Amino acid sequence: MAVFKLKINGKSREVDVDPFTPLLWVLRDHVGLVGTKFGCGIAQCGACTVHVDGKAVRSCQMPVQLIGEGEVTTIEGLSEEGDHPVQKAWLEQDVPQCGYCQAGQIMSATALLKENPNPTDEEIETAMSGNICRCGTYTRIKRAIKSAAQNQNA
Amino acid sequence: MAILKTKVGRRSFLKTSALAGGGLMISFSWLASCKSGKDEKKVSEMPDEWFELNGYLKIGNNGVVTIMSPNPEIGQNVKTSMPMIVAEELDVDWETVIVEQAPLDTKLFTRQLAGGSQSIRQGWNSLRMAGATARDVLRQAAAKKWNVPKEEITTSKSVLEHKGKKLGYGEVAAEAASMTVPEEIELKSKGDFSIVGTPRVNVDGKKIVTGKPLYGLDIQKEGMLYAMMEHAPAFGMKLKSFDAAEAKAMPGIKDVFSMKSYPDDYERQWSDVAAFSEFVVVVGNSTWEVLSAKKKLKVEWEKGSELESTADHLAKLDNIPDSVVNVARKDGDPEKVFQNAAKVIERTYTAPFLSHNTLEPMNFFADVTADKAEFIGPIQTPEFMEKSASARLGLPLEKIDIQMTRMGGGFGRRLYGHFLIEAGVISQKMKAPVKLVYTREDDMTFGTYRPAYRADYKAALDENNNLIAFHVKAGGIPESPLFANRFPAGAVDNYLAESWTLESNISVGAFRAPRSNFIAGVEQAFIDEVAEAAGKDPIDFRLELMEKAKNAPVGKDNDYDAERYAGVLRLVREKSKWGSEEKGVHRGVSAYFCHDSYVANVVDLEMKNNEPVIKKVYCAVDCGIVVNPIAATNLVEGGTVDGIGHAMYSAMTFKDGKPDQKNFDTYRLIRHSEAPKDVEVHFVKSDIDPTGLGEPPFPPVIGALANALYKASGKRTYSQPFMAKSFQLG
Ligand code: FES
Ligand code: FES
Repeated sequence: MAVFKLKINGKSREVDVDPFTPLLWVLRDHVGLVGTKFGCGIAQCGACTVHVDGKAVRSCQMPVQLIGEGEVTTIEGLSEEGDHPVQKAWLEQDVPQCGYCQAGQIMSATALLKENPNPTDEEIETAMSGNICRCGTYTRIKRAIKSAAQNQNA
Repeated sequence: MAILKTKVGRRSFLKTSALAGGGLMISFSWLASCKSGKDEKKVSEMPDEWFELNGYLKIGNNGVVTIMSPNPEIGQNVKTSMPMIVAEELDVDWETVIVEQAPLDTKLFTRQLAGGSQSIRQGWNSLRMAGATARDVLRQAAAKKWNVPKEEITTSKSVLEHKGKKLGYGEVAAEAASMTVPEEIELKSKGDFSIVGTPRVNVDGKKIVTGKPLYGLDIQKEGMLYAMMEHAPAFGMKLKSFDAAEAKAMPGIKDVFSMKSYPDDYERQWSDVAAFSEFVVVVGNSTWEVLSAKKKLKVEWEKGSELESTADHLAKLDNIPDSVVNVARKDGDPEKVFQNAAKVIERTYTAPFLSHNTLEPMNFFADVTADKAEFIGPIQTPEFMEKSASARLGLPLEKIDIQMTRMGGGFGRRLYGHFLIEAGVISQKMKAPVKLVYTREDDMTFGTYRPAYRADYKAALDENNNLIAFHVKAGGIPESPLFANRFPAGAVDNYLAESWTLESNISVGAFRAPRSNFIAGVEQAFIDEVAEAAGKDPIDFRLELMEKAKNAPVGKDNDYDAERYAGVLRLVREKSKWGSEEKGVHRGVSAYFCHDSYVANVVDLEMKNNEPVIKKVYCAVDCGIVVNPIAATNLVEGGTVDGIGHAMYSAMTFKDGKPDQKNFDTYRLIRHSEAPKDVEVHFVKSDIDPTGLGEPPFPPVIGALANALYKASGKRTYSQPFMAKSFQLG
């Protein structure tokens, strides 16, 4: 066990855990932020996507000891009021079915738009292919990303 | 306008004050934080006082309305759509409605189950009555206050009105709660609907996109322990012995023991399917500690029954003994007609086992004490599992409390609630609240899989290319996919349907659109070949058969409505501009009926770098009244992607009883870049009471896809998943 000081959603958090504990379980079990989801544990589904220093990361494969000074952002910290343009676009397009994958989808989408504010359809498809939606909401996810890009650039 | 007796399900419509302990809004301890709607709508202030008008709803003194959603939400939108039906008859302002997930309460609600695409179908009348009876007592209360006849009082958007005088629902809610529910209740004319049939966004939408705790896996409680299991690595294996010493010594570990979900003499219900009855459990303080300790377990397994392999299954499927084949339906004299036919077409189709793979793995929270058990989590069959839990834990039924969370997918997997029982047994042993969590590997290798199927088809044409005989022989391991009385039964004079099954120890269960999820696609691919052999346009050919089924049906038990069937085909023909596709676009069509609904598809496919790219899918759907068009469209889009995905990529295979696929690196699910670029959904305008929608969009698209792939490649594929072999342009 070891103590780690983490920066999560702009707040500093201290946890005493095994250094190999994946960030996913630190967030869910120790910090109480359960918006980040567990789907596969092997970086195949994207449900656990968070940002570390603004980049999309699969938290199930990120041992807590590697985070260091990195700024972690989870779905809970994406915006204060849930009004990030991507979240708004998700609501507008009524994207979720079961909703379980959507936190990860939103985190991947926001990271994509940060790097590429005007992605083409193909760029969206490629960037989002690490995030499985078992309910098949892909067409809506694409629409929502396009609409968020538009609103963001407007 | 319909008048319904309130006798049916009357318990639910009577005032709940009559119920012991204040009735309804019981112990939302954990779920209280998950109240839906509040912050998404203009519900700015919670009322000082609530008045329960019946089992489904309560009204606050300020007019805010809470509607209970009785059925489990697995992503099929019932938590929004079912309350919409109540709100419609109540004539309430939807913006002031809060939706809450009702707990399991068999006294108040009927059929709290998610399965068979039946929630809306079966709930339709009860939900309407719940709204209508509440509206009636509100009108009675206003009538008393104004001293005018109730019949003269109109309602609209939570306001009662009489000749210019107005009262909000909240102002008479207290009075209304003491009024008597009438013996009969008048429902709205469907033409007057103002909520049903209009798009309403998901009531949990805001919570989902901001990551609020909504799912079973999100539950955290004071003193809660985490539990995981190590089950047999192969179907047919059982526990021999285990050494827990090393695992027990790991940090944060509370206990390691073996347990049985169901003892050998336990009488299982249908929802108690579980292949591995005995396994080893690790309990500890956190998920990672339990996971780490699990790796240190030393478990020996031994053979308990046959260790089956996919290779053996395929060999068996090629040699079905006549002795296991049963005739399910026979019209005319098919054998003779086949002998004398001008043309006979014969084809065989197969499909593998499939794993449900809900994105949220199986899990459940249980807190079992000496005299009661509290369960919280994702379950499609709470009513059934309440009975199982009572029997398994030795507690009276009324001491079992089950609360349903939003579910990260169901698809049929969560009909089989062994994981709830397991959580209960572990909590009982640990004397502590416990959350049992399956890893993805545990989940995928402890399935209630979609069975493996095979179907043999044979069709006969006469010299004029009329379909004169049809034979289907279908079966599976260990369940047959045949529906003997479905199309083309009724449309062919000489018809034979046969069915068979082969036993297996691999556990199977319902998977989105059971049986249809295979038979629809292969039947529609076969019909396409027959149309081609007859030299006819595939839509015209199907419509000819529907015409015959409508005007001169063969046999009596045909279970479909040929007119509605033809309706979706005509609609998809029109919307896809069938016959005028762009160059380079390859098209396939299909249509199917299940769960009382009709769906037709046209798939448009292009070849890019020798790979099929699905450009667009047109869906024409007849599911009666569409309650919530935005959610219904979403469900059809998703079902379409899901059907295509499984047919293209997914398979569960076995070697010596061991699943070859354990996680998403080996089990292929469709991904964003592989999904159709566009899905266009059209609903048939209808005033028929709603029929199923969760499942019907899944099966038919597989046929349209197969037919489009043939057009693109010049080759037919007869075994799923299609992408197991690469496609070449023919
Ligand atoms: S849980 Fe991390 S990618 Fe699936
Ligand atoms: S909405 Fe269910 S997994 Fe994406």
